[in-house]
Formats: sequence, structure tokens, C-alpha cells
Amino acid sequence: MTGPVLTAALGFGFVALGLALAMNLWRLFKGPDVADRILALDTMVINAIGLIVLGGIASGEGTAFEAAMLLAMVGFVGTVAYCKFLLRGDIIE
Amino acid sequence: MSGAVSLPEWLASALIVLGTSFALVGSWGLVRLPSLMERLHGPTKASTLGLGGMLVGSIVWFQLVKGEWTTHELLVSLFLFVTAPIAANMIAKVQLHRLRLGQTPGPAGPPPAAGPDSDWATYEAPHEGTPGCFREE
Repeated sequence: MTGPVLTAALGFGFVALGLALAMNLWRLFKGPDVADRILALDTMVINAIGLIVLGGIASGEGTAFEAAMLLAMVGFVGTVAYCKFLLRGDIIE
Repeated sequence: MSGAVSLPEWLASALIVLGTSFALVGSWGLVRLPSLMERLHGPTKASTLGLGGMLVGSIVWFQLVKGEWTTHELLVSLFLFVTAPIAANMIAKVQLHRLRLGQTPGPAGPPPAAGPDSDWATYEAPHEGTPGCFREE
């Protein structure tokens, strides 16, 4: 079980990451360019991984980290695929 | 649990607060900074470092307090620290290409000419004899 200090730290972390996700969402809608939107999505994936890690600590189950790892991989592949598409007009040449 | 808070718990809590603060600052940079090349700095450095802090805090918590050995955090941080610069590099390349094509405005405009007989590596096709380059005949 998490003690009182860690519970407070986790509460702070959840609020901070939620705020960060809201700011990323603002940038995702505002733009103004495609590259900004890719960057905002990439940052959202990083913050979502952080949320999953904090959730894993709060619940005390190690299975959350497998989800975090999958999200890290899929987020990276998605970012590179979108950039590649904009650069070359194709993903796999 | 006794009333006293153990040292590993303090350590894990401090790392989590520090890490999430860095992630928050990175996202604030994404909102606040004026152009894309400047905005790239926030998420690629601060947010990645913040996530590293959270993962180290998680390692400390699971190892020292719960006594469970997990390698997942190490794998996540390794993967993330390898891929974050590559993703940032790809986004910067997209921005450079769109600047040259005039599809997006930038405060400095497109980069100046590199030299009389060749262009920047981002724009040029690979030269003859580059390792790993296969030209279609």
C-alpha cells in the first residue's frame, strides 16, 4: 500500500499530468501547422505513458508497465510514419 | 505500517513530484513558445526527462519498498530515450521541408544555401557510394 507522502505525491502528479494533457490538446486544436499537431500528439503520448506509470504505482500492479511500453512503441512508430508521409508522400517505399 | 514514513518512500515521492513538474513545464513550453523549432525544445527535453524521473521513482518504490524486481521501467526508459531524439529530428525535417516549399511561415525563413555545388543533407538525395544507399536503376 502507498503511504501518506506517496499518496500526496501521486495526487500532485495526476493533476500535473492532466494539466499537461489539456495544454497539449490546446496545441493540437490550435495548430497552426501540421508539424505542430504531430508534436502535440507525440507529447500527449509521453504524458499518457506518465499517467500509466503513476497508475501502476498507485495500484501496485506491474502489468501497467507493459501497457506503457506498448504505448511508447506505437507512439514512436505513429510519429515517424506521419513525418515520413509528409516528407516523401509515402510511408513504405 | 508504522507512523514514520520510510526514506525510500520520501525518495520515490520526491522523484515523482520532480518528474511530473518537468512534464508540466515541457507541455507549458509547447503552449507558450512562439515558433515550431522553439516549441520542439519543451517536449523533447523537459517531458522526456520528467518521464525518466517518474520511472526512476517507480523503480525505487517497487524495489526498495515492495521488494519486487521488475525490468519494465528500465525497458520503457531505454526505449523512450532512444526514440525521442529520432522523433524530434523527423519533426524538424518536416518543418525544414515545409519552410523551403513555402507551406509554412517561419521567423527566420528557409535556411540559406549550403554551398556552390551541394545542398543541405536533409534536402539532397544520398550521394553515390553512401553505405546503405541502394539506387534504383
